[in-house]
Amino acid sequence: MDYQAFLIKYAEIAVKGKNRSAFEDTLVRRIEEALTPCAGEFRVRRVTGRIYVEAQHYDFDETIQALQHVFGINGICPAVCIPRIMPADGHGKGKLPTPEALSAAVVDFLKSVYPRETADTTGEKTSFKIQVRRVDKTYPMDSMELGAEIGAAVLDACPGLCVDVHAPDILFHVELREQVNLFSQVIEGPGGMPLGTGGRAMLLLSGGIDSPVAGYMVARRGVILDAVYFNAPPYTSERALQKVVDLAAILAKYTGPIRLHIINFTAIQMYIYEKCPHDELTIIMRRYMMRIAERLGIEAGAMGLVTGESIGQVASQTMESLLCTDEVVETMPVYRPLIAFDKQDIIDRSEAIGAYDTSILPYEDCCTIFVARHPVTKPRREIIRRHERLLSGEIDNLVQQALDTDEVREITGVY
Amino acid sequence: MIYLDNSATTRCSEEVTALVCDCMRTDFGNPSSMHHMGVVAEGLVRTAAEQIARTLGCKRQEILFTSGGTESDNLAIKGAAHACARRGRHLITTKIEHPAVLRTMQSLEAEGFEVTYLPVDSEGLVQPEALAAALRKDTILVSVMTVNNEIGTVEPIAELAALTHERCPEALFHTDAVQGYSKIPLQPKKQGIDLLAVSGHKLRGPKGIGFLYIRDGVRLIPEIDGGGQQNGLRSGTHNVPGIAGMGLAAEMACRDLTEDAARLYALRQHFVKQITETLTDIRINGPAYLGETNRPERVAPHIVSLSVPGVRAEVLLHALEDKEIYVSAGSACASNAPHVSGTLSAIGLPEALLESTIRISLSVTTTREELDAAAAALAQIVPMLRRFTRR
Repeated sequence: MDYQAFLIKYAEIAVKGKNRSAFEDTLVRRIEEALTPCAGEFRVRRVTGRIYVEAQHYDFDETIQALQHVFGINGICPAVCIPRIMPADGHGKGKLPTPEALSAAVVDFLKSVYPRETADTTGEKTSFKIQVRRVDKTYPMDSMELGAEIGAAVLDACPGLCVDVHAPDILFHVELREQVNLFSQVIEGPGGMPLGTGGRAMLLLSGGIDSPVAGYMVARRGVILDAVYFNAPPYTSERALQKVVDLAAILAKYTGPIRLHIINFTAIQMYIYEKCPHDELTIIMRRYMMRIAERLGIEAGAMGLVTGESIGQVASQTMESLLCTDEVVETMPVYRPLIAFDKQDIIDRSEAIGAYDTSILPYEDCCTIFVARHPVTKPRREIIRRHERLLSGEIDNLVQQALDTDEVREITGVY
Repeated sequence: MIYLDNSATTRCSEEVTALVCDCMRTDFGNPSSMHHMGVVAEGLVRTAAEQIARTLGCKRQEILFTSGGTESDNLAIKGAAHACARRGRHLITTKIEHPAVLRTMQSLEAEGFEVTYLPVDSEGLVQPEALAAALRKDTILVSVMTVNNEIGTVEPIAELAALTHERCPEALFHTDAVQGYSKIPLQPKKQGIDLLAVSGHKLRGPKGIGFLYIRDGVRLIPEIDGGGQQNGLRSGTHNVPGIAGMGLAAEMACRDLTEDAARLYALRQHFVKQITETLTDIRINGPAYLGETNRPERVAPHIVSLSVPGVRAEVLLHALEDKEIYVSAGSACASNAPHVSGTLSAIGLPEALLESTIRISLSVTTTREELDAAAAALAQIVPMLRRFTRR
């Protein structure tokens, strides 16, 4: 089928009152950006509560895939559009097609998109319903009448179809507006809010399964992401770093370019290892990761940190441990979108965004060599604070050094 | 940069690089073309086959070009099994083969062949008695590697081949010589080898090229069908740059094999002595070098397998890398993908050492100074890493 346009459905941003037009403008811009690398000519148009992507010479799958990466889109409807017939003098808004012309167009559409279902008379019939929406009330027939008229024409022309107005297999939309839009398919979009409508956050990105999903979920609310990775050579390898870069690039398909900070954490880790009780190593380490992320976040203008933590998943994510790691971030909230998710839910989402296969590549992400065989699961803040004081000699210098040697990479999405 | 991972791959020699470039720039013809360009290219292929044949004391018609060691092993084993399937369906190999052999055997098992995997002793040596016990009337192929890629053990190929032919006159003897060719003397006719697989890039030649020696009279079923090149045994346009490059590399690598090996043994000895003196509690795996004795050497001149208890191989590797010294880990290790080396387990290395073993591998270009620097780096790094271990 040769669709000339994609109707973009966006539920949530339609209820934003006075901000609505700003949200819609942002969404239009994000759609334009997403389509830039795609083959074809596109024009993104905003018309009274609707966004149309007019498309020519495009590849259907590539275009849909690009649109499915744009937050704020709830549904994508590939549509056939019939323009008004303008009078010879060019005045007025022109005439919509007659009911007969419309019926013929609908039949063509159905036969082309559902060749098997429309023709098949042997097997079970496929049900349909014509849903007319008459925005232009000047049309001579009302919605019900027009629906019945088109439906009758379809039944005549397509022996494989039957009518079911309650639960049809094919719900066929006919919209009478500034033009006629015909569509039968709503392809799911990612939902959420257009990027850039929500501010900026700093994501603690490891090589694991959780943090990319957490980043995705927050970005889906319109938030622009920066990310920080804690590198520990020689305990972690160059390939582990490459894996994180790859994950950031997968995220960047949705979020736009990500500024990735690579912090060399080895010296801090070793110092904690030497000075603090071993079973508290991970907790104290994470406190310093949070502190460094916060410092980077402040510089980047972030309004929050994002982590992939989930209650009870590992020793450092028990509620006691979270109390300990949470308290060190003083100037911004720490967002943990996965906090109440089960691992399998997180894995499902990771697969859905295309990160899972990369996340499970077998490289050490964070120096498991240092993890105690039996880390504390119920750390107490007073005790952790007291033990942290054992670091006071040198730790501030080490943190400063880590920040001074921060390597920043601009990661763009790979399609 | 100090490159001590020559069993993974080697740097091409200047002469080989120049020849490969010429084959791509100037003599780029297809050996199958009828015109002059094709004749020139065919000549390059013939020259390479002759160069290799001279190193093995065989005929150039017994050399088949492939994409590398893995393809050579696959063709030798599957090709022979399929050709002999009517006579028998039993094959014998060892527990310490490279995956190119082990996985090929497994895939034959899935087809219904039966495979016996011979154990090795604590030095990685296959015992002839074990082979004798495994040989059966329906045995069609025995495959034993020439030199083990992880610990450098030199298997008693001639003895094993003789035993095979004596007990099962119709069985074929194949050897994966990827780590052995150009390091130890190989004369298939004298040693009773019917099939011998080699890779180009381990001998300062290009990657993506290898060869299989197929004794005159041995019949294989081809794995790749197509235009019928190389007597229909391996279709596909000849990789002329690779073939010419490997031919020259083989000639150069084998020209002074005895002297080169002697020098490498001396370097290896020197290095082993240094690290055993400076590092406490380490272990060198595989047979010891016995020096000026009359018995054939049981360890390859270019491979040192070193276990460092208390230090993870991956970390040690990256710490050395920081000093631009490149070695490889005895077995790939990551907490979420425990993979344990077959060779190291087969020689009975204690479990704690499986992930604490690195391999240092030399090439003819390796110098004493480079090994001294590597030994010094180890002496510095190992005690430091041992301070930070998992508790």
